Amino acid sequence: MAEEIKKEPPANFKITIDNITIEVPPGTTILNAARMIGPEVAPPAMCYYSKLKDSGGKCRTCLVEVAAGSTADPRPMPKLVASCRTNVMDGMVVKNVTSEKTLDARKGVVEFLLINHPLDCPICDQAGECHLQDLSYEHGVVQTRYEFKRRAFVREDIGPYIQLHMTRCILCYRCVYVADQLTDNRVHGILDRGDHSDISTYISKAIENDFSGNMIDVCPVGALTDRTFRFKNRVWFLKPMDAHRDCDKCCGKVTLWNRGDEVYRVTTRKDQWGEVQNDENGKPMWICNNCRFDKKQTSDWVIEKPTSINRHSVISANHYQVKVMPHDPLDKLLNGRSPLLLMDIHEESKVNQQDVHLDELFGPATGKTFNGEPLATGHNVTDIKEGVGANTQGTDSTNPGTH
Amino acid sequence: MSKKLLLDKIGIEGIKGFEVYRREGGYKSVEKAFKMQPNDIVEEVKKSGLRGRGGAGFPTGMKWSFLAKPEGVARYLVCNADESEPGTFKDRYLMEFIPHLLIEGMIVSSYTLGSKISYIYIRGEYDWITDILENAIEEARQNGFLGKNILDSGFDCEIYVHRGAGAYICGEETALLESLEGKRGLPRIKPPFPAVKGVWGSPTVVNNVETIAAIVPIINEGGEAYSKIGVGRSTGTKLISACGNINKPGVYEIDMTISVEEFIFSDEYCGGIPNGKRLKACIPGGSSVPILPANLLLKTAKGETRLMNYESLADGGFVTGSMMGSGGFIVLDEDQCVVRHTLTLARFYHHESCGQCSPCREGTGWMEKVFTKIENGKGEMKDIDLLWDIQRKIEGNTICPLGDAAAWPVAAAIRHFRDEFEWHVLNPEECLKRNYGLAHYADELQAPVTA
Repeated sequence: MAEEIKKEPPANFKITIDNITIEVPPGTTILNAARMIGPEVAPPAMCYYSKLKDSGGKCRTCLVEVAAGSTADPRPMPKLVASCRTNVMDGMVVKNVTSEKTLDARKGVVEFLLINHPLDCPICDQAGECHLQDLSYEHGVVQTRYEFKRRAFVREDIGPYIQLHMTRCILCYRCVYVADQLTDNRVHGILDRGDHSDISTYISKAIENDFSGNMIDVCPVGALTDRTFRFKNRVWFLKPMDAHRDCDKCCGKVTLWNRGDEVYRVTTRKDQWGEVQNDENGKPMWICNNCRFDKKQTSDWVIEKPTSINRHSVISANHYQVKVMPHDPLDKLLNGRSPLLLMDIHEESKVNQQDVHLDELFGPATGKTFNGEPLATGHNVTDIKEGVGANTQGTDSTNPGTH
Repeated sequence: MSKKLLLDKIGIEGIKGFEVYRREGGYKSVEKAFKMQPNDIVEEVKKSGLRGRGGAGFPTGMKWSFLAKPEGVARYLVCNADESEPGTFKDRYLMEFIPHLLIEGMIVSSYTLGSKISYIYIRGEYDWITDILENAIEEARQNGFLGKNILDSGFDCEIYVHRGAGAYICGEETALLESLEGKRGLPRIKPPFPAVKGVWGSPTVVNNVETIAAIVPIINEGGEAYSKIGVGRSTGTKLISACGNINKPGVYEIDMTISVEEFIFSDEYCGGIPNGKRLKACIPGGSSVPILPANLLLKTAKGETRLMNYESLADGGFVTGSMMGSGGFIVLDEDQCVVRHTLTLARFYHHESCGQCSPCREGTGWMEKVFTKIENGKGEMKDIDLLWDIQRKIEGNTICPLGDAAAWPVAAAIRHFRDEFEWHVLNPEECLKRNYGLAHYADELQAPVTA
């Protein structure tokens, strides 16, 4: 009898999160149910990554209060639960941002995550797309109560493409799951334990695997960075564009990060939770290292469209959504002063002399061409020499007024 | 003299060996159990009221009845001998001096649970005990109590001893299972519980050494008789490993009817405190449980005498009570500094945190640093509140109970000994030279007037 009931197609479970009720299939986690409702009620997740099996449960930022376990057993759960690893029950009532307890615990977790974090955002390549940064803005406190030395590690190059900056790591284990689940051989992992745990390859072994670059994308902080992109640019100066190419190793569907015509970096396409997007068959679109690191020409790619970026993200600032042309702030900034530095240099070198007509020159123009010589066709070498002499003797002759 | 069930034969010469153990009535419970149905044995254990001796005190019979029994899937029994709690050494004593008792209990429990392969996960530091246990297993096998078709019952059983590598966290049952499988000893996220998905993904029961050993007298004398020993829901006998400032440190078997005062001061047990010192504080159940000052230790907040059992020690909750825990009884006399003592524990938990989840990984290290600061006379008043806040944010927010275990001693130390912390802050130089002393910690408490 009991088995017969089990075999029936399970009905959807009703779950209420922050007073919003939604029906989800059984087996959904609280976090995913909250994500179905929307970002307003979705708890933050630093270690959970829906595309990586077994991830989650470690960072404790997604803790929520369960005010009622289920319709059958409406008792509240005694402790806060990790929403990423707790499945919904029918009639469950969850409190996320409406719960004082949750917010308090989350504040604590953020503080814990930050006490050993170097906070070197100004020089970190991850700044602007860092989950820890977002989390601290939303849930952190202004000042730290930690007054001791932070733990620090030596930076390590793990292979030709990836740099590991362990000091920034929050030990989410996502990169370990990537290596386990996407590559055929994991050569890195967690060494040691506790707050001196260290992600590393044992004895500086290089990570050389076609899909190892995805470790960079899943890293929520700046612990794993793209060596081909290191210090090249800030992400908010780049324009992300969806692009694709035919690749025999991966799906070839990527986001290009351009500035002008130059491709600065290539990443997977990410969804609103910062995770890699699924293709139409529901398969995550991980990309191979060839696409990521070696195809840095716009001509390698077929560009589809600008990537849509959440308008709250710093990356979307000033990109594509401009409706009104901005006015030129220079006049206001100079406040009546005449521009000094750059303009004066140009005057000094006379590169910008408008009365030098290049088409009248005999040969190719050189710096000397502009050195105060009225130009006529067929002037000889001595003319130029004298011109140089005049320039070194005094600045008066370089004054545009002398012409 | 209270009744002894586990250590009654400990004094007999040669009890370590199979011959003497058998002559003294050993392995009788195996013979008896194999004539019973496994379900009846579970009922018997339920009747006995035996509670897990590892620390949490969960009823063993219930735990056994929760074990999932799907067809065609192997089930496992794992004995948790990773006894790493500071102050606890009862299992070591048991395994070292009467190893066959554990093996006997393992065979009966394996039969009950249908575990054909059972493991004893022993902490790495107990390396000489591994040899003792393996010896005992070999002797049992040669005498037909292990291996194929034990006593013609048709039941096969093998016991393997697995050595840990010295991590405290591997005493947590799911971390233990991970370690047993050969992985990093990180606690698993529950659910699924081991009773459904344990070692190798199969239903598993994890029990403490003492719990499994207690199965032997339960089978021999019957659950009913066992439940009559002790008080209330604290049935049977409990091993207490007493240490610290006492005259006779060691492992004692008590029947949970005696008072804490009697346990500390009577000659039968700890024999009082040496050098005529006075009792200041005590951790009654291993380093993770709350520390109690002398006045609250001997009497509950209601003014009743505190007894050495699960309910009485926990009377008053964490505000004025503590826990039975694993039975690691640590006594502090008036010369001990609670701040320094708690620093030692904080350092231990920092060192042993596995680093999987952030509150425990970062919080334990932070607490240790703040404690060091206070202990070295550099503390400020706000540091005491900071410690309180840190422990509050660790407790209950971690994957496994290690976070709680790290937070509780700190919380209790601040709750009961805040004066001593403040004295350290206010007397930064004096606190380096002398201890705070007994102060008022043994003063008679006013029992609250009940309406």
